[in-house]
Amino acid sequence: MLEEEKAIAEISAKLLPRLKVEKNVWKIDAEGLHYRELNSLLRAISRNGAERIEAHNVCGQRYVGTDLDAAIQIDIYGTPGNDLGAFMNGPTIVVHGNAQDGCGNTMNEGQIIVHGNAGDITGHSVRGGKIFVRGNVGYRVGIHMKEFQNKTPQLVIGGTAQDFLGEYMAGGVILILGLDLQEGEFCKARFVGTGMHGGVIYERGNILKPSKETNVMQVGKRDLRVIESLVKEFCKHFGADYNAIMNAKFHKIVPASKRPYGKLYS
Amino acid sequence: MMKNIGKINNPYNDDKDFDGCSLFGMMNLEGKRFSARDPIRAIANMHERGNGLGGGFAAYGIYPEHQDDYAFHIMYLSKEAKEKTDKLLRENFEVLHDEEIPTRTANVRDPPLVWRYFVQPIKQRLEGQSEEDYVIAQVMRINTETGKAFVFSSGKNMGVFKGVGYPEDIADFFRLDEYEGYLWTCHGRFPTNTPGWWGGAHPFNILDWTVVHNGELSSYGINRRYLEMYGYKCTMRTDTEVLAYAVDLLMRRQRLPVEIVAKIFAAPLWSEIDAMEPKKQQLLKALRQTYGSLLMNGPFSIIIAHHGEMIGLTDRIKLRPLIAGTRDNFLYLSSEEAAIRLVSPTLDRVWYPRGGEPVVGKLGERPTIEVLAYREEKVK
Repeated sequence: MLEEEKAIAEISAKLLPRLKVEKNVWKIDAEGLHYRELNSLLRAISRNGAERIEAHNVCGQRYVGTDLDAAIQIDIYGTPGNDLGAFMNGPTIVVHGNAQDGCGNTMNEGQIIVHGNAGDITGHSVRGGKIFVRGNVGYRVGIHMKEFQNKTPQLVIGGTAQDFLGEYMAGGVILILGLDLQEGEFCKARFVGTGMHGGVIYERGNILKPSKETNVMQVGKRDLRVIESLVKEFCKHFGADYNAIMNAKFHKIVPASKRPYGKLYS
Repeated sequence: MMKNIGKINNPYNDDKDFDGCSLFGMMNLEGKRFSARDPIRAIANMHERGNGLGGGFAAYGIYPEHQDDYAFHIMYLSKEAKEKTDKLLRENFEVLHDEEIPTRTANVRDPPLVWRYFVQPIKQRLEGQSEEDYVIAQVMRINTETGKAFVFSSGKNMGVFKGVGYPEDIADFFRLDEYEGYLWTCHGRFPTNTPGWWGGAHPFNILDWTVVHNGELSSYGINRRYLEMYGYKCTMRTDTEVLAYAVDLLMRRQRLPVEIVAKIFAAPLWSEIDAMEPKKQQLLKALRQTYGSLLMNGPFSIIIAHHGEMIGLTDRIKLRPLIAGTRDNFLYLSSEEAAIRLVSPTLDRVWYPRGGEPVVGKLGERPTIEVLAYREEKVK
């Protein structure tokens, strides 16, 4: 309780009525809150040892969870705004609904689990951690993902993606499952992997038509181990059938060159 | 009054302000009128996207007692301009009623005098022109002859309300809570490279056509010169103005369907055209050749509206956001999903429209949803 009291002492009197603690779960009523207020609440709580947070009535607040670096879980009910979890470093965010554009922007570590859809530029410049989306995603997802030393960001899409998936991708893993597609259907996505020069996109079946700057290859044993472990986690988060998902042929899309535009400007 | 407010907000004249105008549109497909409450709440929820240098609304079905008269909303930057305009109006129109648009004190900057007129063109003066073309010609005269009077709304049974301020403050200023319409489009502005002034706020209008826009049209110069050939004169110093006139030219005067207009504004890339079947290729090549000057180059998402129809469209590679949703007889278009969820927490369907492909809501019809929004059949 001491820690709770400490946290409460840090919170401005105006925001206190928004907060309730039940069975070690910190519940925030975010209705009408400005994103700065919501994030200041999240910071104060996480600094003082909270492990579980629930934010209710979230509606468009931006940057939720930004710069938090504690091992906490934040459950979001409603529709969080753009750049959810931007620059985040450790927490797990679970969205019980859809996420908007820029989800996971430049995230360093942590997890974002979206039970619905996620918008354009999901996983933009992400440099570590994992993002799982049960439904569909928008344009330019995974744009400029990167990896460095032991950091390899991973993004799993249960449904479909739109144009420019993996654009300028420099590292990391995208796995796209296309679970709602019928036999023989493609994602309606043009220019997949345009400017891609690192990392890998795994597709379940043959559902993408990648750009000329990429090569489509069979998956090897090492690839399958990555896919299996990601699908396992996906099923754990969303209650999907592991065997049904794995009962398919996977392909990998890799860049044809490490410098696709090497000749363009020289 | 005409000072460039952008200088205050951007004192160091940064080349790049990160822009993100907000768009919201809400239409009852049965034509039932509803109050401005929800549209105002929705656009206010995207407050962060604007910077207070422009907000505005277009509302359809708000003047049923004058439904057959042209409703002119005019802003005056000088008294003289009003005298001149009044004279011009009385010479060319039968003015059935005119009044100052009711306003209240609100958090807006330097409001001009705003007046509305319900008018009928004097038939003998049409001289073979259609009534609509006559009205456009008179609007252009008012906008260019005094330099201090601007017609910002000129349709029947609809109205545009706009100015410098956040959209929720503009709504407060114009007392929009007192109006009811079956279709509302709303805009919050973050002007980047054009001045923030009352005429430059969105929506842009001619007759009952309106456009709200997020993005920038680098083709403005070419578009403007092309439209001048058809008698449209750009006076509002904002790129979006060309869209309103282009829509009037293509959809009203030339009666092109929206599916074709979308391919003119957001033409497919040549590489895509080359990969099409020959007949489609021929059509799209012809469109690019004929209407090259109306290609809207640059990032955009827009909501076009006129009586009975609301259309959402983005540029061909979707460099600005647009999301669509339906619930019962309502169609929603928005820059962000949260704004839709605020006024309709449950939706029958919500989807991300593809770049260059229009979302169309027509009165009396179910909205045209892209059946193949996400999936594509394998080519046989």
